[in-house]
Amino acid sequence: MANDYREMWSGLGLNLEAHDGLMAVLSDAYQNIYLSQQNRPAGMGYFDFVISEVHGQRIVEILKDKIDGKTIVGTFCLYVPEELILAVDGVAIGLCAGAEVGSDEAEKYLPRNVCALIKAFLGFKLAGLCPYVESSDLIIGETTCDGKKKAYEILDDITHKVMVVEVPHTKSEEGKRLWRKEVQKIADKLTEVSGKAITLPRLREASKVVDEKRKALKRLSSLRAYDPAPISGLDALLINQVSFYDNPVRFTAKVIELCDELDQRVKSGKGIAPKGTPRILLSGSPMAIPNWKVHAIAEGSGAVVVGEESCVGERNFATLVSQGFSSVEEGLDLIADRYLTINCACFTPNEGRLQDVTNMTRTLHADGVIHYALQFCTPYMVEAYKVKKTTEKQGTPFLRIETDYSMEDFGQLKTRIEAFVELIKEKRTS
Amino acid sequence: LRTGGIDIGSRYIKYVLLEGPELVEVHKIETGYDPLPLCRSLIRETRPDRLLATGYGRYLLEPDGVKTLTEIRAVSRGARRLFPSCRTIIDIGGQDTKVIQLNDDGSVENFEMNDRCAAGTGRFLEMMAKALGYEMEVFGTQSSSENDGLKINSLCAVFAESEVITLITKGIRREQISAALHRSIVSKVAGLAKRVGVRSDVVFTGGCARNPCLKGMFEERLGTTLLVHEDPDILSALGAALSAV
Repeated sequence: MANDYREMWSGLGLNLEAHDGLMAVLSDAYQNIYLSQQNRPAGMGYFDFVISEVHGQRIVEILKDKIDGKTIVGTFCLYVPEELILAVDGVAIGLCAGAEVGSDEAEKYLPRNVCALIKAFLGFKLAGLCPYVESSDLIIGETTCDGKKKAYEILDDITHKVMVVEVPHTKSEEGKRLWRKEVQKIADKLTEVSGKAITLPRLREASKVVDEKRKALKRLSSLRAYDPAPISGLDALLINQVSFYDNPVRFTAKVIELCDELDQRVKSGKGIAPKGTPRILLSGSPMAIPNWKVHAIAEGSGAVVVGEESCVGERNFATLVSQGFSSVEEGLDLIADRYLTINCACFTPNEGRLQDVTNMTRTLHADGVIHYALQFCTPYMVEAYKVKKTTEKQGTPFLRIETDYSMEDFGQLKTRIEAFVELIKEKRTS
Repeated sequence: LRTGGIDIGSRYIKYVLLEGPELVEVHKIETGYDPLPLCRSLIRETRPDRLLATGYGRYLLEPDGVKTLTEIRAVSRGARRLFPSCRTIIDIGGQDTKVIQLNDDGSVENFEMNDRCAAGTGRFLEMMAKALGYEMEVFGTQSSSENDGLKINSLCAVFAESEVITLITKGIRREQISAALHRSIVSKVAGLAKRVGVRSDVVFTGGCARNPCLKGMFEERLGTTLLVHEDPDILSALGAALSAV
């Protein structure tokens, strides 16, 4: 980290000593996992830079935005419409939840057996390690799982900045009506906090910005369908993770630039691994930054990850908001509809997700599906069964993994994933 | 052609040397805390023309240019060589438990492995044998044969040990406790097996296949006979040697 941000971090109330430790670990991990990869596209340089400044330059920008009167809104879930945050000239940030930090602190409030993501978001806050949560004016939580729902109550006791929106658990007419009302509630809250009304031009502009970002990510996703894969799963995952906290307009431009480079790679048949490398689709729980564990193991075992049927991945950008609305009301209708296309495992039934897995397996030419659930993430752990049935029906090998952010099961996971890759190779030759 | 297979496990290093198709040497030594020199001296002494490494420590010999394969593939290969009719493998080693299903031509179709914790593994049995004052070699012969319904509920080795101690202090005979411990492992591993699907013939491998109590309980639970080789823990090393050709 070139600049000294200590004064800024200290001003935000971070625990400097612990934060130095976290940054050192992150930098080492990035070096080992990312910078050691072969044949990376040149366009990854921007994202490397963004990561190196994850708690630096980006925070400087956000604090400047704040001085300029922008509202900083922290979120933990795709179900919080980014369009609405941008429509009040706000900044949307996906908050820190992807590393095993502050567990001791978090366990003062939470039981031991709670999913790593929940423990991490409270841990990051309690241990004074997340400059984003400290910069936020408002945190919007949601009811996608019981653990998060209850932990938001605690997070609100600590920060007094949390609003919780109710995400329905069915996509019935009643569910849709409820969700539309919740979208209105978010809009009202954002207006109240920011002091800015959501006008039609603003909502149109915001919606366009977010859709452009989705289109860029979608293009990236479709480029991964080629064999040889022009980009590693690790790099694509990173870009998806960065999409939650970077400036959306700049981010989109950089993704498009990268995709242009990948187009060239595809044309010249250049890839990050040889043609014929076993291709894996990952499906399941979100992988918040810096959770790169399963991708790192899979790609270190002679496979390439070609897609993520995940919130940090396809679910984030698969569908767009139709741009043809002519009133704020209608815009909110369309936005509400679009968000209900996200096939989170909190819904029942959730056949759409199974269809997504089938489609992605086909379009990305995946040879195998690894189902990844965070331990204690009940909706995904249970739904793994249905995903297994679905992939088996189409004759695609399936591996189910339950894990967390720690490295203690690294050896076992490595054996299982390596054996899975061997199985795919064997299946091909037979 | 001399081909070697080395299985660097969490508790033991198993090494097999083939000359052509013939098994000529078998070695088994404790992994200990510094296994690399042990592996190197085995290789120096036996001078295989080709060598493959498997097991938890398979990457240990990577600096020496030794290629690897996973123990899942290795044990499948070894089991098929010794038992050509094998369709399912139950392998209980030091820290891993695996159930592997093979298709008709012997390639891996599906497998399950224990998640992170050590319950249902050899290490678990070792800890429990110690708590009950048994030598590992006789542990499986000392269990009471009737099922008195006594249960060890904890899946965690540490908690299971305190459960055992509680039972001891209640004055329950150690033969009964031993039987309950074996039942708890069998029930956990049978769960994995059911998930994978059990097809005959079933081969039981890994150090724990020496334990007659486990074998008997599995057979009862799964309703089928288990085939066990006289050296049940060398199958992965054998499979590695066969794959090294």
